Amino acid sequence: MMNTIFQKNGGVRLLLQGNEAIARGALESGVMFCAGYPGNPSSEIIETLAEAAKTLPLYVEWSVNEKVAIEAATAASFAGCRALVSMKQNGVNVASDFLTNLTLSGTHAGIVLITCDDPSGISSTNEEDARWFAKLADIPLLEPATPQEALDMMRMAFDLSEQIKNIVMFRSVSRLSHTRSDVVIHHLPEISSRAFFNIRQSFHTFPVVAKHKQRHEKLNQAGDQFEISEYNTYTGPEHPELIVITSGCVYMYVKEAIDMLHLNENIGILKIATTWPLPKAFIIKHLQRSNRFLFVEEVDPFLEENIQVLYATAAGQLGIKTFFGKSSGHIPFCGELTPSIVLDCLASLFNIKRPEIQFQTHALTLIQDITPLREFGFCPGCPHRGSYYAIKTALLWDNRDGFVSGDIGCYTMGIWPTGFNQVKSVHAMGSGMGLACGYGKLDRFGFQQPVITVCGDSTFFHAAIPALINAKFNQADAFLVVLDNNATAMTGFQPHPGTSHTVMGNKTEPVDIEAICRAMNIPVSVADPYEMLETTKVVYRMLQECGVRVLILRRKCALIQNKEGGFPYTMKVDIHRCRGESCGCNRYCNRIFRCPGLIWDENAKKALIDEVICVGCGICAEICPQQAIIRL
Amino acid sequence: MLFNLIITGVGGQGNVLASQIVGRTAVKKGMRVTIGETFGLSQRGGPVMSHIRLSDHGQTGPLIPPCGAHIILGLEPMETLRIVPSYGNQHTIYIVNSRPIYPLNVIAGEVVYPDLQTIQNVLTTISGRLYWIEATKHALQLGPAILMNMIMLGALCAIDSFPLNRKDFDAVLPDIFPATKCKLNHEALAIGERLIQSDRISFD
Repeated sequence: MMNTIFQKNGGVRLLLQGNEAIARGALESGVMFCAGYPGNPSSEIIETLAEAAKTLPLYVEWSVNEKVAIEAATAASFAGCRALVSMKQNGVNVASDFLTNLTLSGTHAGIVLITCDDPSGISSTNEEDARWFAKLADIPLLEPATPQEALDMMRMAFDLSEQIKNIVMFRSVSRLSHTRSDVVIHHLPEISSRAFFNIRQSFHTFPVVAKHKQRHEKLNQAGDQFEISEYNTYTGPEHPELIVITSGCVYMYVKEAIDMLHLNENIGILKIATTWPLPKAFIIKHLQRSNRFLFVEEVDPFLEENIQVLYATAAGQLGIKTFFGKSSGHIPFCGELTPSIVLDCLASLFNIKRPEIQFQTHALTLIQDITPLREFGFCPGCPHRGSYYAIKTALLWDNRDGFVSGDIGCYTMGIWPTGFNQVKSVHAMGSGMGLACGYGKLDRFGFQQPVITVCGDSTFFHAAIPALINAKFNQADAFLVVLDNNATAMTGFQPHPGTSHTVMGNKTEPVDIEAICRAMNIPVSVADPYEMLETTKVVYRMLQECGVRVLILRRKCALIQNKEGGFPYTMKVDIHRCRGESCGCNRYCNRIFRCPGLIWDENAKKALIDEVICVGCGICAEICPQQAIIRL
Repeated sequence: MLFNLIITGVGGQGNVLASQIVGRTAVKKGMRVTIGETFGLSQRGGPVMSHIRLSDHGQTGPLIPPCGAHIILGLEPMETLRIVPSYGNQHTIYIVNSRPIYPLNVIAGEVVYPDLQTIQNVLTTISGRLYWIEATKHALQLGPAILMNMIMLGALCAIDSFPLNRKDFDAVLPDIFPATKCKLNHEALAIGERLIQSDRISFD
């Protein structure tokens, strides 16, 4: 069944996730080289293409980070092979240094940069609109609204890139990438090109001003094509009271909201799928239809600001118009948009009372006081719980107000009670170690607190290595703990340089974190976070040492252990030993250790193992003062 | 026809797979399908919700509009209660698995998990119908707890207004599961269907 996504023939209707539709669209465009770094909501694009590579002639890799990914993909473009590079919004920041230079040198075979933005930061450390990079780098930007458009517009992206000889940006958002819908696929082409770098060509940025000028000319060429793009549409009355200008998957919310409010005679929709450069004449033509406009888009007011600038250039001809959107307060600046937000906004602009509000208010009074928010936590069996427990205990023993400098991965949750609130800062990939370089030089200003930096194995390779080298070079006092769970776990277990296989399933010699550190003459220890007491002793000992040192806490992600045969123990609470609330431990196992598999029996008033949740890792046996938690 | 179904629960309960089974079945029957999935930190114990929209005319958006759910399939009681104001209406049918997954702040004793009887009372008061079934318990009798999601799908297709039936689901299982696992999943579907047909437990 899985293979049907990769079938040669077109004309079939399949249920595809947005990211799968993007991948299929790339295959239908004859993509040959694909690279990326995992990150929700983008990860399934490369994973789908890697699956395709088992039967189709293409190369797919998880690169060490997004900058290397776009560089690797660009080489393929230079050598005449269509290429794709995929990442989440933060990844575009990482890739941007190369991107802003590449767009001056130009490209050869079609190359598409896919960014999957994450409104509300559902699985991100930030809420960022990567579309500004298209404007910053003067490259075309496409924004599909549905999985079908995502598939169809990939062809347009590759063709356009090849015509103007520059990279094209393709933007999805979580709600499109992670939506499944029925999609009609098209025929897969035969791949006939051969990789060849024509040495009569060269790709560099000099002379800079001339190349910058050329970049703008390419952008104008794209703009001309966008004027007639079938993906930019106007639907609605000839002269409506209001036109909603929208892009991306929120278009569907607008369409449904207008239907639900019976405003089809009053509102038109101007859907823009080519959001940079703007199809100027097309937009100005439709601005003539009405005097009131509402912008609905995610995340930033990108169309809102750029179209208002465009309007200003033609205001004399167009007359006075009123614009609503984020700037006017009609659409929220922050957070993912929803059908509810769009309905509220349109209803308020047309003074309509929404009938469902009464039900909502009533239901809310019934549930709001009895439905607590669900706290995020590490999975049952997660090695990070053991790691943070050891770090917390060692910092308590040490008693110098020590704290943890954090990074990006599941272990970011160390900022919350599940990680005992140990982590005090989280920013970009590798930044925990960069910050450690600074803390490690503050002693001359009287700084005496110990700092532990944590980073995961994939993050170590991605961006922590330069900071570690910096700490060594500048003789910073820095203690790095690598939480090595043998996976890029947060995003779905993608392989990385430390694992022993690639995304295409080839065996590869793992890059050894320990050996990297030793090569720099940095002392390294290794411990098992499941052995919490032993690990605590090692952390405590290393806290007393100076200079750069690394501790690797090595234990496979619990979800991987589960797939590979599970855990050794069946856990049980001995109800004769557990003294419940009279113990004096104040329900330490529930209140502090916080494993979802270790619950409270309201009837017996004692701790209890939840047999549906507990996986049997056994580490909680160490924490009970009465030794009531038993490994069977 | 436009049918809006929500499957709600927490990470690890098999929500996404259940919604894919519904989606694939519907596509096989020639329907237009859109499924919006929210699974941010879902593997890490957070709420997971799938919006499944089946239509016989055009494409729909990935999120169900406010108060627009025809059926809410609740894999976890409190997560079902949570979405009532956003997506329920006075005609919504609820099928709820009775087994709680306790959040960490409940386990820690900082907040209280709603009383199960209260949840049933609230859902009965403001819904078209409540089916409260012990799906996890039946799953554990059959095999691993994860079979709960298939029992819930079996219950779902026993609802008259739902446009797919058990035969439709049964026909799709071989596309999704290896042959060795199909039998158990067929059985789970049958159990769910029986729970609705024979029991029809509700508090109205």
